[in-house]
Amino acid sequence: MKLRETIIEKLLLACSLLTIFTTVGIIGVLIFETIGFFKEVSLIEFLTDTEWTPLFSNKRFGILPLLTGTLLTTLIATVVAVPLGLTIAVYLSEYSHKTVRNLVKPMLEVLAAVPTVVYGYFALVFVTPMFQKIIPSLAGFNALSPGIVMGIMILPLVSSLSEDALYAVPKSLREGSFALGATKFQTSWKVIVPSAFSGISVSIILAISRAIGETMIVAIAAGQQPRLTFDPTVPIETMTTYIVQVSLGDVPHDSVEYRTIFAVGMTLFVVTLLLNNISFWLKKKFQKHHR
Amino acid sequence: MKIEAKNVHVYYGSDHVLKGVTLSIKKNTVTALIGPSGCGKSTFLRCFNRMNDLIENARVEGEIQIEGVDIYHPKINVNELRKTVGMVFQKPNPFPKSIFENVAYGLRVNGVKDNALIEEKVESSLRGAALWDEVKDKLKKSALALSGGQQQRLCIARALAVEPSVLLMDEPASALDPISSTKIEELIYSLKANYTILIVTHNMQQASRTSDKTAFFYMGDLVEYDDTRTLFTNPKKERTQNYITGRFG
Repeated sequence: MKLRETIIEKLLLACSLLTIFTTVGIIGVLIFETIGFFKEVSLIEFLTDTEWTPLFSNKRFGILPLLTGTLLTTLIATVVAVPLGLTIAVYLSEYSHKTVRNLVKPMLEVLAAVPTVVYGYFALVFVTPMFQKIIPSLAGFNALSPGIVMGIMILPLVSSLSEDALYAVPKSLREGSFALGATKFQTSWKVIVPSAFSGISVSIILAISRAIGETMIVAIAAGQQPRLTFDPTVPIETMTTYIVQVSLGDVPHDSVEYRTIFAVGMTLFVVTLLLNNISFWLKKKFQKHHR
Repeated sequence: MKIEAKNVHVYYGSDHVLKGVTLSIKKNTVTALIGPSGCGKSTFLRCFNRMNDLIENARVEGEIQIEGVDIYHPKINVNELRKTVGMVFQKPNPFPKSIFENVAYGLRVNGVKDNALIEEKVESSLRGAALWDEVKDKLKKSALALSGGQQQRLCIARALAVEPSVLLMDEPASALDPISSTKIEELIYSLKANYTILIVTHNMQQASRTSDKTAFFYMGDLVEYDDTRTLFTNPKKERTQNYITGRFG
């Protein structure tokens, strides 16, 4: 009996260690290959050059075009998801009847379960042609439609987590506001939303970091042309798309072209890690606040 | 007569929590509502600013008039009513905003835009709640940094700012230490000159010290309603006698 317990315990420990080792291994490879990359390309060129052409004969290694590509699609997604998500959250938490809330919330969360490849083709073959009727100059590949579709994808992250934060605001604050003659609208936007501010920020940051890391939608619908622009109607390339492009191509291992994907992966990793840490910090602040 | 309640019944779903209460309250007096937990006193208090409307399945029957106006009339604007009938809750519930904005909130939501007027009202309300001297140098600081007693006086100031004529207080000192509690009591006494106050309390001494009239509730019924001194020294009903002498409750 004792032996069995010990075995089970060790087994559980091994499982948890496995995940830690995997993470450490990934970061290790990332760091190792990134260092290899920066032996050949200077960090200053990487951060300041405005062109990204490692696969051409005239090699340039400026991350900025990929960074702005990611930034642009993420920005569009955020502009779609945040106002919409927050409005939905306020409606569900403050206005809707309990039965509506219990029905709509899981349905919204289904949006997050749609495979991203489906979203990608939805952007490419439905949203882009639709927008081309309004904006004739819109290219077949562009940042606009995948950005918007990505906004829909991260919408449940914003609405669901924000709703949790709003719902957790003590009832006494609502009563205090109503008792002063405030309307439901005033109470929601002037007291409840500010009170849930840190929780809402967490949801937004998580949604943004999800959008930054999103690959399939942008790989399918945004194009593969790294260019330093904030024009949403032309083809661009995001960091994630570039990694896909190189991984699927026939770039020889142990070449600088090959190592670029690790440098780009590292950049991606640093950005999302930073965002996740901010959200973690906000969450801790949020929990302290409500105690 | 300032406030008139006639045969007020309240139901929470199928629970009959207030069973026909009739009572009238004079202007500029303090009325204490006492009784054991679950006797319906808080529910009764919440009828006067229609706070029970916020509770699902709650139903109020009967009639309540304030200054001759039936506050349950279908044409009554509840937000307007709540401006006239302010409320202070059991636990201090300041908004997570600055001290200034907490008091200014009631004015802002009621459409006051004139900043000079808001500043003036904030100061006079804080003075009215005997808090001005303690906070005048830190109006921009978060209200959550104040002590519990200060937070409760801030909530009183917040209620005063919209210039109600009736003030409802639901055990306003029960969550506070004795010194803060005494300050609130002194405050209630001084506010009587300008407001009609209804206060729910579990504390007999507090009821006898602060109020002019006392109403004793038991199991949803108004058992006895009389001058505070009479009710505490010479109650007419045995149940009141038993409660105030601490034999139950």
